[in-house]
Parts: sequence; C-alpha cells; structure tokens
Amino acid sequence: MAGGYKYFEAIEKRALLLGVFTAIMVSLGGLAEITPIFMAAHAVKPTLGLKPYDPLRLAGKDIYVREGCYLCHTQMIRALRAETQRYGAFSTAEESVFDRPHQWGSKRTGPDLARVGGKYSDDWQRKHLLDPRSVVPESNMPAYPWLSQALVDGPDIQARMRTLRLLGDPYSDADIEGAAAAVSGHTEMEALVAYLQGLGIANEAGGVSANRQEGTP
Amino acid sequence: MPKTEVYNDQVVRLFLLAAAVWGIVGMSVGVWIAAELAWPFWNFDVPFLTFSRLRPDHTFGVIFAFGGSALMGTCYYVVQRTGHTRLAWPKVANFTFWGWQLICVLAMVTMPLGITQSKEYAEPEWFIDILIAIVWVAFGAVFFATLARRRIRHIYVANWYYGAFIIAVGLLHIVNNIAVPVSLWKSYPVYSGVVDAMVQWWYGHNAVAFFLTAGFLGMMYYFVPRQAQQPLWSYRFSIVNFWALISIYMWAGSHHLIYTALPDWVQSVGMAFSLVLLMPSWGSAANGLLTFNGSWHRLKSDPAAKFMVIALVFYAASTFEGSMMAIKTVNALSHYTDWTVAHVHSGSIGWVAMITIGSLYAMAPRALGRPAMHSTPAMELHFWLHTIGVLLYVLAMWTAGVTEGLMWRATNPDGSLTHAFIDSLIKIKPMYTVRWLGGMFVLAGMVVMAWNLWHTAAQARAKLITPIPVPIPEPEAAQTPAPLPAMG
Repeated sequence: MAGGYKYFEAIEKRALLLGVFTAIMVSLGGLAEITPIFMAAHAVKPTLGLKPYDPLRLAGKDIYVREGCYLCHTQMIRALRAETQRYGAFSTAEESVFDRPHQWGSKRTGPDLARVGGKYSDDWQRKHLLDPRSVVPESNMPAYPWLSQALVDGPDIQARMRTLRLLGDPYSDADIEGAAAAVSGHTEMEALVAYLQGLGIANEAGGVSANRQEGTP
Repeated sequence: MPKTEVYNDQVVRLFLLAAAVWGIVGMSVGVWIAAELAWPFWNFDVPFLTFSRLRPDHTFGVIFAFGGSALMGTCYYVVQRTGHTRLAWPKVANFTFWGWQLICVLAMVTMPLGITQSKEYAEPEWFIDILIAIVWVAFGAVFFATLARRRIRHIYVANWYYGAFIIAVGLLHIVNNIAVPVSLWKSYPVYSGVVDAMVQWWYGHNAVAFFLTAGFLGMMYYFVPRQAQQPLWSYRFSIVNFWALISIYMWAGSHHLIYTALPDWVQSVGMAFSLVLLMPSWGSAANGLLTFNGSWHRLKSDPAAKFMVIALVFYAASTFEGSMMAIKTVNALSHYTDWTVAHVHSGSIGWVAMITIGSLYAMAPRALGRPAMHSTPAMELHFWLHTIGVLLYVLAMWTAGVTEGLMWRATNPDGSLTHAFIDSLIKIKPMYTVRWLGGMFVLAGMVVMAWNLWHTAAQARAKLITPIPVPIPEPEAAQTPAPLPAMG
C-alpha cells in the first residue's frame, strides 16, 4: 500500500497535474452521455417531415420563453399511465426538435402543456392569460395583461428566423420575406395563444395518429 | 530587512460583505415569490414582479450571487492559509470581485425585464455569459497562480475541491451557454429539443455538484477541522471521496429526465450513477462529522460549529434523498412535484447555507482582525431561526410533493383518474403558506447575521486592521510529508 502511494503523492504535490487529472475525470460523464445523443440528433433531423414554427407561433414561443412559463408548466408527458391518461400520448423527441431552448420544464405548479393545443378555445386562453381566476377560481397563476397591449415586431421576427436558419432550421427566403406581413398588427397575446393552440398539433409530422403508429409492426 | 509578507484579506472582506448583502437580497426574493404562490395578489400584474419573471432572480441571487461570493471569498482565504503564501495577482483578484458583482447586478436587473435565455439556472443572456466566462477564467488564474507559489509542497484537500469547482463550473458554463445572438437582448442556443435537455441537465445537475457541493466541501474541509480544533478524521478517505465524487457526479444529470423522450439507456446510466454517488457523498459527510469526535462539547459554546454539524447532517440527508429520487419508480412519483423543491432546499438552505454561515462565522473575526464575532447570543439566535425555518420549509414541501404525486396518479376502480389537476393545488395551498413562513424565519436569521457582521467589522470599517503576516515555514531539504495516518 505504502509503496504504491508514492505515485499518488506526485499528484498531491503538483497543481498542474492535479488540475489536468481533475479536468479529465469531470469530462468523462458528459462525453459519454451527450456525444451519442448529439450525433443521433443530427442524423435523425433530415428524415423528419416536420415544419419549423410559422412566424406568429415563433413569436408566441419566444414570449413563452421570455415570460418564464417553463418554471411552472412542463411540456413533456412521461411514458407513465397516469400521465397519458391525463394529458394524452407521451411526448417524443421530434416534437421539440425546433425548441431552442427546450421547454420540457421540471416542475408542475400548473398542468403539462405539451398537448394543450385545441383543448380550450382561443377566447378561453385569452381570458385565462388576462385574469386566470376569472375562469379557474382556485388558480394561483399570475396574470399577463401586458401581452394584449404590445404588438409583435415584424423585422425582429425576421431577424430571429434568419438566426434560426443559421442554426439549421429549414426556413426558406420566402418564409422570412413574408414573416413581417404574417405578424403585422398581431398582439403578443394573439401570438402566445397561437403558439399554445399549436402545441401537440402543429409540431407533429403528419398529425398525432400517424406519428403514433410509426415503428409499430 | 525584507518586507514581511502579509495575507491579502482585503479582497476576502469584500466578498464577505457581498455574500451577506446578496444572501439577504436572494432570500428576500425567495420569500416574495413564495408569497406569490400562496397569494397571487403579490404579483400586482406588474411584469417584473411576476413570479415567472422573478424566480430566476431568486435562484441566481442565492446560488451565484450569495453562494458565489461566499465561495470566492473563502477560496481566497483558504488557499493563502493552506499554502502559507500571499494571494497571487492582487489586481486580478480585485477584478474578480468587481467583475462578479457587476455580473450579479446585470443578471438580477435584466432577467425580470424578460431578457433571459430561459435555460433553468443559466438564465442570463449571452453578453452576461461572456462576462461570467472572463471573470471565471481570471478567478481560476488567481487560484492556480497562488497554488503555484505556495510554500507547503503538499496541496491540502480543500484546495482540490476548490480547484475542481473552478475547472468543472468553467467547463459546464461554457458548453451549456453556446448560443448565437439575434440582438443584444436575445439569443438562440445551438442545441435544440432533446440535445438541449441533456446538455441543460448535465449543466444543471453539475452546477449542483460543483458549485453547490464541491466548492462548499472545500469550505467544509478547511473550516470544520479549524472549528473542531483537531485534524480531519481521515485525510486519505477525503481523497478517495474526492476522485469518486468528481467523476461520478458528471454522469448523474440524466436522472432529471427519467421517463421523458431522452433515450432510455441514458436515463438508466444516470440512475445507476446516482445510486453509486451516495457513497462519496456519505463519505464526505461522515468524514466531516467524525472530525468532531472528541470535541463535541464545543457545540455547547460555539454556534459556528453547530451550523457546520447540522449542515453535514443535511448534506447526508439530502444526498440520500437525491439518490433515492433518482430511482425510476420513486422518480415517477416525485418528479415535477414540490418534493423536488423540498429536496433542493434541504440541500441549499440545510447544507449549503448552513456550512456557509458556519464558515463565515469562523472566518469573519479572523479576516476582520477581531478575537470573536461581536455577539455570540446573536449567532445562537440565528442558528435557531435558520433551523426552524429550514424544517418548516422542507416539511411543508415534502408533504405537498407527496400529496401531488399521489393525487396525480390516483385512479378510481374503473381505471379513470380520481382528481382534476386543480384539486391537487387546492389541497397543497396551506403548505405554500407554511413554506413562506419557513422562508421568513431563514431570512430573519440572515438579517441577524448581517447586523452581527456589521458590528464585528467596526475596526475594518475604521481601517484599523493590522494585516496578518504569512508564517514562513522552516526550509526543508526535501519537504518529506508527515507520515500518513494509520489505516482506518
């Protein structure tokens, strides 16, 4: 024991060696777990028939991100019976492929939103965001009245789409060209409601049922 | 005659002050948002006061502003004492102080304005992330340059933990925050969907591992033996635990994504490593606690030691809880509920805050040129306020979490779900009130500490402090280390 320890002592007395060994040891886990997923994600992307967010829903998604909705709402239905019964089919990886950052969340102070699209009317969503307790009296959700007073900025959305295209999202020149007109005159509230109403519907390749049957013999 | 070398405690005092201020700020925000969950009235329909905008201010405020200032301050204190040398590059050290404070202010102001990446625990936007990277590299440079000029050849284990904390947090921060800016106020991460989730929780979990664990273990390994006034129970055990802890932790992040769309093998690997992680965690906790063997009587007279012992108990408890929660079947119940919140806070108010407060009480008189803290009864009062606060908080959130988990999965005999989602919220609302009360106790304790520190710093404020000379060890030919302690 004592004989072997002298090699170890070399590390205990050299700051550089200690630092290098520490750096190696802390890198292993991430390399083993992130690299394969990263590679797989890049290999899978082109085969999907998914469309990126249209301009209004993109604006809505970024408002969802800005307001921090992910702190109380998940968008990840786990593969557990009670979850699929409550929220619908479990979430799959391709549904969030255009989400930068992902909105899976970690806490449900409110319910999961992965398949909230179409569950309530646009009018209900608007009322709920303006004053949650007017439709759900026991809710503790904050109100977001300022969303109906601000307009979505067209050129800003175009800039965002150009950046997303740089990152690999398949936007065409025509998509970006038409974006300013598509969001013109719409409030942030309308954008957010459009985003919510698309969740679980517009982010599916060929609709929910087709997607579910993939890989089933 | 050569000029006597003195310790650089100036920058340590600045960080000490910052830690006290940020502790109160971060915890005040925490109490505020706890009130918002219990009584939504407190949102006032004002954007920057709204829960979802304000919560990052609480997490950033307590983790990075309070915890970060305490870690950097104690790190500078410990690396000088254990190496018998003055801090290297004093100007860079001062830059790390002012740089870190600028980062904290910028982050705390921009996030509630909606300028956020919305990556949990990494919310500040890209321009703040770049500043963080710069200050972090400077911090690492000061630390390792000080190690390089140490006069004791053997590097004391506390420095290993501080070193790992600096290296790993730098790596995590940079990899997790790679983004392409759209404008000054908005960027998109290069990762999306499942990759982003994996990177995010690799970062998020290891921010816990290396910011909230390794760094604070460095603090523990210096200040616990100091306060127990005897050597560490087993030095070799601390080193075994070091390598185990830093290598295993990095694999465990995927336990935040169990039963999600993350590939199943990664979930299982994360769960397995989380279980193994219990060993080095309990190893460190046991080593700290056993160091008090033979000096338990000091707990009667020294509230700082009391903070440290309870911190270690909470460390053992919350790491056990964490490993259990990473088991898939337990996670199926606990995930997304307030149980997670209970776990985080038993770790953060129980372990992190208590070891920090204990260490600050141990360090402050020495750094401020006083024989002891201004008021021991005030320390005692702080101890009880804090302990009652953390217990109220954790018990309330455990109850709420298990209630939610059970109600969400309850089914009727015919197989249909028993409860609507809102039923679980109605059920746990009283617990949200208890949690707010617990937070108030903890915050009140912090105010008592700030008062006590202010009076302890009377001489420092009047600039009457005599710098402490560095003890220069006798020159030795080979500096052979002291014989290793007997096995066991």
